[in-house]
Amino acid sequence: MIGALTVAVTVAALLIAAWCGYATARDQSTKDWHFIGMAVVSVLALAQLVVGIVELAGGHKPHGGTVIFVAYLLGAALTVPAAGFMSLLERTRWGSATVAAGGVILAVLQVRLLDIWGGGHG
Amino acid sequence: MAESQATQRPRKIGEGPGRLIVSLYAVFTVAAGSRSLYQLIAQFHEAPLAYVLSAVAAVVYAFITVTLVRGGESARRLAMVCCAVELAGVLVVGTLTIVDSSAFPDQTVWSYYGMGYLFVPLVLPVTGMLWLRRAAPQRVSAGRAQA
Repeated sequence: MIGALTVAVTVAALLIAAWCGYATARDQSTKDWHFIGMAVVSVLALAQLVVGIVELAGGHKPHGGTVIFVAYLLGAALTVPAAGFMSLLERTRWGSATVAAGGVILAVLQVRLLDIWGGGHG
Repeated sequence: MAESQATQRPRKIGEGPGRLIVSLYAVFTVAAGSRSLYQLIAQFHEAPLAYVLSAVAAVVYAFITVTLVRGGESARRLAMVCCAVELAGVLVVGTLTIVDSSAFPDQTVWSYYGMGYLFVPLVLPVTGMLWLRRAAPQRVSAGRAQA
């Protein structure tokens, strides 16, 4: 379950990164549609947080430690909302670039999350 | 460059491209900070030097983040110094981990020039310093203003 969600979050994160990277290249700020995209990614990351905690409660011991796993889940859930907030403050191409960077960071966090969970056995 | 920008409102160091740089520094403050906090609490005895170093890195990142957000000329200079410290840290620790890996039995953000963090720790201070240099008060117009 967490494995499938991780794949979904990773793909969504890379898509939003590419989309906002495209906006940066075209010298555009983030638009409503970008924020809808960010909301989708954030909802997926939140679902992952909930499912992760449920599976922990179910007795799964993450390979890399429970505290680190929860910390990464929280970080992943907060990354895109934080980037979106920055892009609201910065209504230029650099706001889009910040969201693009956030997407890449979220994708990296997902790879680490799988490691911590137990090398992909999720 | 200075001529064309002199007519514009001078951009604050935390705006425009600076906003991206601030965001990245904030991310690295959280990354290095939470990592070192956990390591210092849970496994300090394993590699004290590496963990203290992670904590130092976190403090440097935090300081640069705050300085960039606050802005102003003295903040810009301080941030410049910190970026230089950060770059030196990455280079020294990166080289040490390659030459004598036993010195750092556990990873830090700066190990292997920040390879575990996609080399961002190496790129960030350079980008930061370039941006801070460009955000300096314009030399041509400043020549008149300063007099």
